[in-house]
Amino acid sequence: MSLDRRRWLAAAGAGLGSLWLAGCDRLAANSTFNGVLKVAETWSQGAQRLVTDRRALAREFAAADISRDFKPNGTMRPQDPAYQALLAGNFAGYRLTIDGLVEQPLALTLAEVRAAPSRTQITRHDCVEGWSSIGKWKGAWLSALLDRAKLKPEARYIVFHCADTLDPTATDGAGMYYESIDLIDAYHPQTILAYQMNDAPLPVRHGAPLRLRVERQLGYKHAKYVMRVEAVASLDGIGRGQGGFWPDRGYEWYAGI
Amino acid sequence: MADKPAKVLVARHSGVTRITHWLNVLAVSLLLMSGLQIFNAHPALYWGAKSTFAEPWISMKKEEVGGEPRGITTVGGVRFDTTGVLGWSGAEGAREQRGFPSWATVPSYRSLADGRRWHFFFAWLFVANLLVYWLWGLAGGHVRKDLLPTRAQLKPRHILHEIATHARLRFPRGEAARTYNVIQKLTYLLVVVVLLPLMVATGLSMSPGFNAAMPGLIDVFGGRQSARTIHFLAAGGIVVFIVVHLVLVVLSGLWNNLRSMITGRYAIDLEGDRP
Repeated sequence: MSLDRRRWLAAAGAGLGSLWLAGCDRLAANSTFNGVLKVAETWSQGAQRLVTDRRALAREFAAADISRDFKPNGTMRPQDPAYQALLAGNFAGYRLTIDGLVEQPLALTLAEVRAAPSRTQITRHDCVEGWSSIGKWKGAWLSALLDRAKLKPEARYIVFHCADTLDPTATDGAGMYYESIDLIDAYHPQTILAYQMNDAPLPVRHGAPLRLRVERQLGYKHAKYVMRVEAVASLDGIGRGQGGFWPDRGYEWYAGI
Repeated sequence: MADKPAKVLVARHSGVTRITHWLNVLAVSLLLMSGLQIFNAHPALYWGAKSTFAEPWISMKKEEVGGEPRGITTVGGVRFDTTGVLGWSGAEGAREQRGFPSWATVPSYRSLADGRRWHFFFAWLFVANLLVYWLWGLAGGHVRKDLLPTRAQLKPRHILHEIATHARLRFPRGEAARTYNVIQKLTYLLVVVVLLPLMVATGLSMSPGFNAAMPGLIDVFGGRQSARTIHFLAAGGIVVFIVVHLVLVVLSGLWNNLRSMITGRYAIDLEGDRP
């Protein structure tokens, strides 16, 4: 191949490459195009729900598999004054609120949560970033707590409101962490509000006093510092309306993939 | 007899091959680049079920070396300075910590959320396209007639001979150019039957929802972090294939090859058959 031809090919390749990159960036900023891409989330959720038994369990591991370097993520220590006050009192003043579309709103002390039917499981925590850690969790069955509060038939989602502000720069009031799941995951046998990790009280960096475990989804669904469990018919009007702190910022609401 | 070589145009690629090929070009390029965007969210890989953060088998990060930031890639405990490409890259003065550089990712700026949205959309396109190609290839005879090597082609002597002529960049001419040679056949089969499905299987194995649906699959790969590693390595295998494929496309006649994958017509130089 002649030198001219080689140069020409290299220039054409480089030109096409930069056009391609600029084109992709422009498409990524285009809301119509993003709307098209987001269809895939519906397909992934639909396909997974189609092939998965509602009660199919996430893999559970042996004690020997537990990570000694379980990585905390998101908020490590909430700076919010209300949380700081609860922490200073060793959560004696903590109440877990369960309200929204329920017949019997509840405000449970930690002792009451610990006395509820519980489950212990050693599971793998998969972060959306790509890493995994294995931990042992003990917590109250969410389904048992919801049954005690008696969900109204209109309830479709369970929202977890948290004590931590993860984005202090948000000016629209959507800087607090929150997450939501549907009733299939809310009533899944491995879905618990955990108060113990690796046989010790849940550490602050992992969400003390209570964190959600919803084992068939990625880490950001596992809300830490849970203060209030709200049953709703729609996710509109909560945060920025996408059902969670990270979903409000472009991540999938269905994080089974 | 004319002085110029006798060229004939033969029907090379069917419509299905051509359409699935170009859809695959689109899907695989975007999957590779959005995949590197996702990788950049945690540019380290491990073996087994869980991450062993202190000892990844490969990692890319920024480190201060002699008071100066450098991109350091560590593979199996051996450190390489990859400043400008891996770990620490970008224009002079605007360098940032990232696994792969911005020209290799979609979008070019850092956004795990966008990378995932692109990746999963084009993963669906990729799988649908691959299924169409497989079903048509099996039912329509493409696999049997064009891709499966003949018994004669599989003789070690023939394979060695083909390797030797390939290494000297001598390409088949005349009648021999009408069909794929044995190296082409085996390579295409390896990609279509092993590499591409492996990407789908290891990709699905990283989904916690799919793990619950089909717990056996992730065990085949030795756990989720192994699946992530194999996903990355198999993607690297696809990149190697693409590079070699493109070089051979250029060397064996860029325009003729391009035309055959667009219009289906491939020019054969019958002169090549003369002694």
